[in-house]
Amino acid sequence: MSLLQQTRETMRRDRVFDFMLPRPDFAQSLDTRHGPILYVEGVSVSFDGFRALNDLTLYIDDGELRCIIGPNGAGKTTMMDVITGKTRPDAGSVFFGQSIDLLRLSEHEIAQGGIGRKFQKPTVFEALSVFENLELAMASDKRVWATLFHRLSGEQRDRIDEVLALIRLSDLRDQRAGALSHGQKQWLEIGMLLMQNPRVLLVDEPVAGMTGEETERTAELLISLAGRHSVVVVEHDMAFVRSIARKVTVLHQGSVLAEGSMDQIQNDPRVIEVYLGE
Amino acid sequence: MLTRRLFLSDRGGMVTLALLLALGIVVPLLNLVVPADSPLHVSTYTVTLIGKFLCYALLALSIDLIWGFGGILTLGHGAFFALGGYCMGMYLMRQIGARGVYGNAELPDFMVFLNWTELPWYWFGFDMFWFAMLMVVLVPGTLALVFGWFAFRSRVTGVYLSIMTQALVFALMLAFFRNEMGFGGNNGLTDFKDILGFDIQADGTRIALFLASVIALMLAYVASRFIVTSRMGRVVTAIRDAEGRARFSGYRVEAYMLWLFVFSAMMAGVAGALFVPQVGIINPGEFSPLNSIEQVVWVAVGGRGTLFGSIVGAFSVNYAKTWFTSSWPEAWLFALGALFVLVTLFLPRGIVGLLRRRRAGGDA
Repeated sequence: MSLLQQTRETMRRDRVFDFMLPRPDFAQSLDTRHGPILYVEGVSVSFDGFRALNDLTLYIDDGELRCIIGPNGAGKTTMMDVITGKTRPDAGSVFFGQSIDLLRLSEHEIAQGGIGRKFQKPTVFEALSVFENLELAMASDKRVWATLFHRLSGEQRDRIDEVLALIRLSDLRDQRAGALSHGQKQWLEIGMLLMQNPRVLLVDEPVAGMTGEETERTAELLISLAGRHSVVVVEHDMAFVRSIARKVTVLHQGSVLAEGSMDQIQNDPRVIEVYLGE
Repeated sequence: MLTRRLFLSDRGGMVTLALLLALGIVVPLLNLVVPADSPLHVSTYTVTLIGKFLCYALLALSIDLIWGFGGILTLGHGAFFALGGYCMGMYLMRQIGARGVYGNAELPDFMVFLNWTELPWYWFGFDMFWFAMLMVVLVPGTLALVFGWFAFRSRVTGVYLSIMTQALVFALMLAFFRNEMGFGGNNGLTDFKDILGFDIQADGTRIALFLASVIALMLAYVASRFIVTSRMGRVVTAIRDAEGRARFSGYRVEAYMLWLFVFSAMMAGVAGALFVPQVGIINPGEFSPLNSIEQVVWVAVGGRGTLFGSIVGAFSVNYAKTWFTSSWPEAWLFALGALFVLVTLFLPRGIVGLLRRRRAGGDA
């Protein structure tokens, strides 16, 4: 492309630069009247020629509990990276409700706006106590000056206690988070997501490394969260997926292979081929 | 509530502050009141030496804030220290007036020597004390702001950032060595006569500078303590341990790191400004990368991430340095190297960690 063409393209008359658009107001403009809360449409991402996502289209309904499965390298984690602003796609669009364009926002804005994310490997603030972990995650003014002079109100304290009870760590509130067991860290991280009051929770492998009983309790917790929040669970453990899923999406090579109830999925010949065949 | 947060839960810090207070009362008394032939008399040389250590401790404190809590290993904090020092040096140079070797009231000696005819624009205003003091915090702060803004925005972290800070301080050293820069080149700024109208060599002025250093260090300690015990301090620690989690919890990581870096650079600038009138010279040697590395060693030896540990470290390493360089100069660099290796291997929490472990062992 010549310099002239490039300049014309950049300065074309209907161009609207990102910084000229008004900041999206999450509380006002989150519009879910048509059902879905997340619109992922035609998203492609390549890393050094490898297509991690290939024209992925996916809709998540408001309040639904969705499980996403797929073999390694199917693009599950990349999909979460795109939704939370960590990775910018080469093509496609991602909308939160009908009017908020997530591709224009940075990670912290998306997080404050109501999309929470749990990592595959449990990630908590190890040097801080369980209570402080939840305190930091809490939805509040997160600018530098505000946190420098911040003091915890009684109401906020109650909210932290409530979540502590929910994730069953009340007795360990003053424990250093680094000293928790693997399963407890997973729970703490889920608790931190809840403190953010998110509309959408993206949960990457919540039961990895958990005992049978812990897995069961996690399933209960996630089911109870659906309805008030939309929950998207990425998981390898099929028994766990069966126990919570109402609707399952199968990803394969960066796009949706099949979508439906667990029974439909298990009898789908293409899914069987991907998981068992070749 | 605030008292408890700042002081009572911090025993080591309390002890350090108490010792500093005692130092601030006892040393001036022993210097000014006790007659010179008494064995209890503290010489002005010693007062200046301790004053120098106090400035180093303030610098170490600023490094601990950014390294111990923010997790950013800066190998270029000497740059901010020296810039603060140069701002003070420029004020002191302008105070010499016509008493220089060439007797030129308008120009410092080195400019006359270089056949310059007028004062460069960036020297304007430095004849006023308030302006120079403003620059002492603004110049290092602005450099930190610009450098940090680029570095944190492009998410440069870890060892790459350390190397960049080292490059920064090295580049500044080369620049300040040049005569054309207008900061006295190789020789730097020296031959100071007086500060705010007081003779800089007089005992009284020395004591005043000493007291100013004590007060600055104590205030900086309390301010740092306020920051690290605030929610902002916890966010910074959280960023150090799990940056991704902090980002996805809705914190703007760059803004926090930048703020902390700028504050730390300003503290280092103040330390440099107090240092220069006490030692009587500032030259580009202060920008030497080796100095910046040594400063990090002070913090490591004292115990990083504790605040008061950095003060302990700055005092003990510099005391050792003074002792070695006067009685066994050729061994000092080996001793410094050995100290760093030993601390890294056996005392990951520094001297403070050793004291704590001993106490815990005693209790058991």
